[in-house]
Amino acid sequence: MEKITTHTGIGVPLRQSNIDTDQIIPALYLKRITRTGFEDALFAQWRKDEDFILNREPYARGSVLVAGPDFGTGSSREHAVWALKDYGFRAVLSSRFADIFRGNSGKQGLVAAQVAQDDIELIWKILEREPGTTVTVDLVSRSVQCGSVSAPFQLDDYTRWRLLEGLDDIGLTLRQEAHITQFEAHRPAHKPTTLPVRT
Amino acid sequence: MGRTLAEKVWDAHVVRKGEVVGTEAQPDLLYIDLHLIHEVTSPQAFEGLRLANRPLRRPDLTIATEDHNTPTLAIDKPIADPTSRTQIETLRANCREFGVRLHSLGDAEQGIVHIIGPQLGLTQPGLTVVCGDSHTSTHGAFGALAMGIGTSEVEHVMATQTLSLKPFRTMGITVEGTLKPGVTSKDIILAIIAKIGTGGGQGYVLEYRGSAIRALSMEARMTICNMSIEAGARAGMVAPDETTFEYLKGRPHAPQGAQWDAAVADWRELRTDDDAVFDAEVFLDADDLEPFVTWGTNPGQGVSLSQAVPSPDDFADENDKAACTRALDYMALEAGTPMKDIRVDTVFLGSCTNSRIEDLRIAADIIRGRKKDPQIRMMVVPGSARVRLEAEAEGLDRVFTDFGAEWRFAGCSMCLGMNPDQLAPGERCASTSNRNFEGRQGKGGRTHLVSPVVAAATAVRGTLSSPSDLDPRPGTDVHAAGSTITAA
Repeated sequence: MEKITTHTGIGVPLRQSNIDTDQIIPALYLKRITRTGFEDALFAQWRKDEDFILNREPYARGSVLVAGPDFGTGSSREHAVWALKDYGFRAVLSSRFADIFRGNSGKQGLVAAQVAQDDIELIWKILEREPGTTVTVDLVSRSVQCGSVSAPFQLDDYTRWRLLEGLDDIGLTLRQEAHITQFEAHRPAHKPTTLPVRT
Repeated sequence: MGRTLAEKVWDAHVVRKGEVVGTEAQPDLLYIDLHLIHEVTSPQAFEGLRLANRPLRRPDLTIATEDHNTPTLAIDKPIADPTSRTQIETLRANCREFGVRLHSLGDAEQGIVHIIGPQLGLTQPGLTVVCGDSHTSTHGAFGALAMGIGTSEVEHVMATQTLSLKPFRTMGITVEGTLKPGVTSKDIILAIIAKIGTGGGQGYVLEYRGSAIRALSMEARMTICNMSIEAGARAGMVAPDETTFEYLKGRPHAPQGAQWDAAVADWRELRTDDDAVFDAEVFLDADDLEPFVTWGTNPGQGVSLSQAVPSPDDFADENDKAACTRALDYMALEAGTPMKDIRVDTVFLGSCTNSRIEDLRIAADIIRGRKKDPQIRMMVVPGSARVRLEAEAEGLDRVFTDFGAEWRFAGCSMCLGMNPDQLAPGERCASTSNRNFEGRQGKGGRTHLVSPVVAAATAVRGTLSSPSDLDPRPGTDVHAAGSTITAA
């Protein structure tokens, strides 16, 4: 994973709550077996509406999505994060994220920055009044900057550290392999196994 | 101080405790007992293992099935959609390469991943269960800590049989009382989601408790736990009891003999201690509950069937107001319309929420001897091949086909429309599934989430209905058909 310390890019105000992952990427696009190439799938249904914000310049070139509360609810599909990243987004700002989406973002280097709704409202106003205004997301100071607005965001220490260092999760865990093996030696004998096939 | 059920299961799986840095605890490394796999969220994870030259650590704790993409008609023919076919074939090749047991289309154990785990007896109390699917919360009905994960985490579990997770907060949801006839566990969970909202459970593991939960069958408990994610919670649990043990005993993967006794002794400890404290608590009265249905485009936008479509003015919060306006527009509904006046085109009985044998029995009991509304299309999709066989042995397939419903093969089907089972634009559906999101069941499709009871009654009357709205059956003088339906 690439290291991220700070990102600055055009902010995209998406004034809507409860944006579920079925909207971020409809299920029909989940049939692919690759991990990249999902840019066309992002908000596929909404993008058919020519007034949708990503069909308007300069928002179409945005890389910081500023959304309403409860972003990323519903399905666990990590494809939602891949689609946002493939399109060019590097950060999403919302006052509340669904747990699984937040976790998936952290694994893929998309910053899910939890910003107070009052600050989101201020940023929306700036981005709507002056399209093309950039938003800076700074992981070091855990703050976002947009025009005259500067606001803190929440991101847990562990995810922040991994993003800053660009660390691979599996590699980190495999350093603990001796502990895993030791744990396995003491699992109760009545726990089920899937093999061999019993009929 | 005592511990909650969720904390007990968590503690028993900590491989390595996260250190506390400053005031913030780092994630614990948690051991995973059971990993369920399907074709949609696994190909990129298998590819990741291959690229890093890593083995799958515990094939013996892993099981796969084909469900999301599979057709529900002509399953003996090659899958028509080439991308679906490729995805299924990729799963088959990956399972062969990594030694994972797979239940393919046509196998008697094939079916929706959350139906087959319990059915095989693999889902057991006190386990940690994960799957690249958010409805993994279903397995919590057994007192397992079960949650949906993304594909990166799927790969992590494949490689390490663990997950790095920060401890959850706990929420107790107590449901006391007795459900009225015709009111089911689906109505309980829809009412809970409407009460706490789609974000209400974020960061929590939910524990459903109270006399109304205790009275439910295992299958009905699964329906509740299944939709925990719709309240924002990654996991929902019910403490195991005699009902749980009774369900498990004799299943193919349930412990046997002395192991059974040892397991049950362990399982009896899996309950929230009397002096344990939840981080949050919610209470619901089962006595007053009525059949619950959704009117909007998220599962929190629901009301009792006897109520009317709300107006944006009914909401104080600006975001809720805007969400209501948008939902009414998408759903083509006018505020103030009685829910029972809403005419639907399609009834879908299926999905990991409501496609088990009890769901099919409940629906069959309502439609037996009645006529389907001629304009309604009804699709019945059993959750697994095994459920389908069981239903056929009981003659339920004949009840459905005589009524004019389509009797299909097992899979996720119209819950998410990854296969050809989709709504047409503008088509309105009463669905026993779990999500009424825009376009979920097909582009432009309009979904009302309902229980199997309401689904069946709706297929008779043509508009959203409960059994008490139906005319008596020919040759009977019982007015309320619902009176024969027990709490499910």
